[in-house]
Amino acid sequence: MIDSQELTELLESIRFVYGYDFTEYSEASMKRRIDYFMTGNKIDSIHELGKLILKDDSSFEQFVQDVTVNVTEMFRDPAFYKSIREKMIGRLATYPFIKIWIAGCATGEEVYSMAILLKEEGLLDRSVIYATDINQKALQMAREGVFPIDNMKAYTTNYIKGSGNGSFSDYYIAKYNHVLLDKSLKQNIVFSVHNLAVDKSFNEFQVILCRNVLIYFNQSLQNKVINLFYESLCPFGFLGLGNKESLLFSDKRKKFEEIDRKEKIYMKTV
Amino acid sequence: MGTSAGGVSALSTILQALPEDYSLPVIVVQHRSSDLNTTLEEVLQYKCGIRIKQADEKEFIKAGTVYFAPADYHLLVEKNRSLSLSFDMRVNFSRPSIDILFDTAAEAYGGKLIGIIMTGANGDGADGIRTIYRYGGVTIAQDPDEAQYPTMPQAAIDTSCVRHIFDLGQIVNYLLAVGGKETFTDE
Repeated sequence: MIDSQELTELLESIRFVYGYDFTEYSEASMKRRIDYFMTGNKIDSIHELGKLILKDDSSFEQFVQDVTVNVTEMFRDPAFYKSIREKMIGRLATYPFIKIWIAGCATGEEVYSMAILLKEEGLLDRSVIYATDINQKALQMAREGVFPIDNMKAYTTNYIKGSGNGSFSDYYIAKYNHVLLDKSLKQNIVFSVHNLAVDKSFNEFQVILCRNVLIYFNQSLQNKVINLFYESLCPFGFLGLGNKESLLFSDKRKKFEEIDRKEKIYMKTV
Repeated sequence: MGTSAGGVSALSTILQALPEDYSLPVIVVQHRSSDLNTTLEEVLQYKCGIRIKQADEKEFIKAGTVYFAPADYHLLVEKNRSLSLSFDMRVNFSRPSIDILFDTAAEAYGGKLIGIIMTGANGDGADGIRTIYRYGGVTIAQDPDEAQYPTMPQAAIDTSCVRHIFDLGQIVNYLLAVGGKETFTDE
């Protein structure tokens, strides 16, 4: 098991050397992930880990990629997507141009889910989805839009439960044991790197989705990130969080209206 | 506490015996899948005096409360005695995983921890029991002869890190003895 003090020192060093700030991530799961990385790379001590990643850029990149990977699914929590159709689409349809930010998009499943939903609601053509993540390897996979075929059955069930009104298989072609998502879905998506702990606001959006990312941050960082989202939302813009997350730790919580308490959809009030 | 198949019944027996002013916090991983729209906490609360709830993100752990891991998330204990959730890979095919709860609880509470493994059909929790033991905590396994599914408590016992093998009645007596009268201080 990793010593807390040593871990804190390492994270401070990483911040100093590379500008990546992991010091306010939830400690318990960060420790587990680093432990897993060390075991997998046969590194015996934090000291040795520090020597490796602080001196060698590519080792550090590998470390970031392994330690920030988040698991995701298409149409995850179908009730959330159902709620988007019922509670968000109406207002979004009134905008001539829709900007959506999916923060912490990982390998992109949620991004393509949103693209499919927008296409079915006739809004994809006037939307741009900005999909960001700290993890460059995950982003690259997201750009390619290639997913293992084993997952598609579960995703199809999710899609149907999320009130999908087409046929899920229309959106991809299967090849060997992978599927390739349709090009038409990719046209309105921009994938880029963004570090929620460190980077600033870069645009104003009608919708920001950030699901099951905040759970990896401590309360203080959660507050900072919600502030970032608040600043990045246009008036009456929507914020969607993961179903176990909330605005509880945010000093901006009174500035949001609860649109769906169960599915954690909020609207910025003015 | 960690349970899997047969766990709801075992938990029911134990939790019903704990009073509303029980002086220790109880944190539970009951293996549960996200398919079922489960109201496990509500069903148990109906029969129990002690407060039963699902663990909330970053919630601080308090005495006299039973915290359940939600379906399809890992539950972790932070050093500052709050609860965190994670959606990392399954451990022992399980999410929530008992090992993850026990490992992180041992790091947070050291020797001031009681780890209990009860009925279940896989080996999740055995490594966690080992961790709790190493940190000086008390480790208990339900008697495999009594457990509806003996695999899980047996796997824990096989680590040689289980201090007591109790049936449910003995677990209840032990918990009442340690938590009935002492006051628990939130540090």
